[in-house]
Amino acid sequence: MVKVNGHETDAAGNTISEYLTGTNYDAKRIAVEKNGEIVPKAEYETTVLIDGDVIEIVSFVGGG
Amino acid sequence: MSHPSLDKEEFLSALEERHGTALQSKFNNAAVAVCGLGGLGSNIAISLARAGVGKLYLIDFDKVEISNLNRQQYAVSQLGMNKTEALRETLLSIAPYCEIIIHTARITEDNFAQLLCDADIICEAFDRAEAKAMLVNNVLEYFPHKFIVSGSGMAGLSSSNTIRTRRITKRFYLCGDEISDISDGLGLVSARVMICAAHQANMVLRIAAGEYDA
Repeated sequence: MVKVNGHETDAAGNTISEYLTGTNYDAKRIAVEKNGEIVPKAEYETTVLIDGDVIEIVSFVGGG
Repeated sequence: MSHPSLDKEEFLSALEERHGTALQSKFNNAAVAVCGLGGLGSNIAISLARAGVGKLYLIDFDKVEISNLNRQQYAVSQLGMNKTEALRETLLSIAPYCEIIIHTARITEDNFAQLLCDADIICEAFDRAEAKAMLVNNVLEYFPHKFIVSGSGMAGLSSSNTIRTRRITKRFYLCGDEISDISDGLGLVSARVMICAAHQANMVLRIAAGEYDA
């Protein structure tokens, strides 16, 4: 299982891009952290999620 | 701007009396960049200058407008000025020995590295969600040894208690309720924006002091 924002998912085997496609996240407004490290945007298409990965997706909202 | 009878040593000793010599020395050695000088950034900068942070980089491309006055730390007399210059004027009236470096520019993927290379701690204080994401991603990717403290979710009038600070990675902190979005038609109101700004400023001071928990 891959934990995404605290929830267990069956995202193992997918790339981050593939996982995001099935969600409502706007790719221009997010930062993705995997096992405590930021994932560079350029690596979303090549980073394959594996069993045990812990993902945090931060979705920014406007205002400041 | 400085009061003629208030020299640097007197100023520093007053800060040391409040904060203790060891802590004040850490604040004085901090170099912090504030990216965006709106409701978040202007309040963050004032808190940091008052605490005696030694070096502040202020970055914004915008001018002070009447619509800013509901929440941003500018005066009617500063309308039309560059925010960088208006805020520097205000900060020097509060903290005359703070070293302030201004860049009147829009931060982009092309110039962020040059603008931020000398800061140890970076505050993301933009308005637009896309700009926030751009800065946070780029700083974390290209400057793995710097800290970034970002603000997300402070619009509207929801409870103060929903605004919090979370440590997302070792060097990335997120302040705000993470939900309240101006694009949902929620306005930005002074006090709640200040709460988020104070979370960011306090986290910066904690990092400067060597306290890394959120």
